[in-house]
Amino acid sequence: MDNEPKETKQLTGGDEDNRSMLERVKQTGGALKERAKEEAKEYKDPQDTQLWKSIFRVSHDRSDPRNRSLAILSNVFLHLHPAKINRDAVRYPFTWGMGGITFYLFIVLTFTGVLLMFYYHPTKLDAFRDILYLEHDVPFGKLLRNMHRWAAHLMVITTWLHMFRVVLTGSYKKPREFNWCVGVVLLVLTLLLSFTGYLLPDDQLGFWAVTVGTNMARATPMLGHEGPFGPQLGLTAYNDVRFGLLGGSIVDSNALLRSYIWHCIGIPLVASIFMAVHFWRIRKDGGISGPAPVMLESEMKAVVKKK
Amino acid sequence: MRRRIVWATVAGSLITFFLMFVRFFLPRSILEPSSKFRIGTPNDYALGVDTKWQQQYRIWVTRTSDRLFVIYARCTHLGCTPDWKASENKFKCPCHGSGYDSEGINFEGPAPRPMDRAKVTLNAEGQIEVDIGTLYEWPKGEKSEFDDDGAFIRV
Repeated sequence: MDNEPKETKQLTGGDEDNRSMLERVKQTGGALKERAKEEAKEYKDPQDTQLWKSIFRVSHDRSDPRNRSLAILSNVFLHLHPAKINRDAVRYPFTWGMGGITFYLFIVLTFTGVLLMFYYHPTKLDAFRDILYLEHDVPFGKLLRNMHRWAAHLMVITTWLHMFRVVLTGSYKKPREFNWCVGVVLLVLTLLLSFTGYLLPDDQLGFWAVTVGTNMARATPMLGHEGPFGPQLGLTAYNDVRFGLLGGSIVDSNALLRSYIWHCIGIPLVASIFMAVHFWRIRKDGGISGPAPVMLESEMKAVVKKK
Repeated sequence: MRRRIVWATVAGSLITFFLMFVRFFLPRSILEPSSKFRIGTPNDYALGVDTKWQQQYRIWVTRTSDRLFVIYARCTHLGCTPDWKASENKFKCPCHGSGYDSEGINFEGPAPRPMDRAKVTLNAEGQIEVDIGTLYEWPKGEKSEFDDDGAFIRV
């Protein structure tokens, strides 16, 4: 549309028009530059942009304690942490940080475990070969496997230490009794994760460990065929709890597949749900148990009045 | 009333699902090696312990002066396979150290009873037929089943 009149001008005009075109270009270029500067000014503080505000609803104003709380509460990742905590309760000599470390290790294990799954087949023919393949050929395979292995050992240890700390600080007491029970379930799930993972390399160590472990299941009361009331309930080696765990009467391909599925899907899923409850419960029970309970003046007055 | 019916239906189906879930883990048929097999004639075995079937069938054949019997190679403690130590004339379990003599009688370690013996019969052709699905035990303090019919062959 613009081209046609320009062309005719050029034909008639010549130099003069050329000059004016140059000026015109300079002019529009200058205007653009100004606009860019103005826009850049707007972007100088990304926290003022609509994009930022659509993600982070609360401005990060450190001077206002309410604002600081809101910034935590309105963020899905940060809201896992309490907005306020007892300063004395989070000293490392008090908590040892063991619960947090255990959770961190769980995340490491999930991450490395999912990566290991890309190279591992849970079959008698492939399993041990895949381990050797991971160890000796897959780039970073050895590192991943060792991270998974060491994190698994550590997670069992840190879970126990966390439990030990909770005993020492009396944090299992009222009102935290229920969360202690959730924690015991999580301990059992951690041990089961460790146990099911033991068989997966399909080496001699894991095979005999699972043989021994599931032979103990024979003696389960009411559920094992060699346990109390087992024979009376008609249990044999082909219908008891051990049979259900192994998918057969011997530790074989079915057992390998079953422990793989429990290890990678079943138990982590259940453990995640219990972990969510565990963390939520800490907050609902008044945060990490502190050395001394904090009481507001107004609350003290209320207690005095009652008496 | 209607609310009760709804709740009963929900609870009933959840319980049914749970029972199905439990039953699902107990397969009807399993592809495991047959428990019955043949291991030749009594003349193939000299006095003492023969370990040639350990790898394939998990058994040892022991021949004494008048009997031949088959020991099921499973430690009675927690189910590992012991090793036959010919120089020490004993079975030794690598897992927790249970020891058994050449007839599978426990004398050391945590094993609670002698190793079980599999059912042995001679068929019409004189072949030894073994069935590890039928085991003879000698629980501590109870009567030994090792002298029962089927626990040994007279040679």
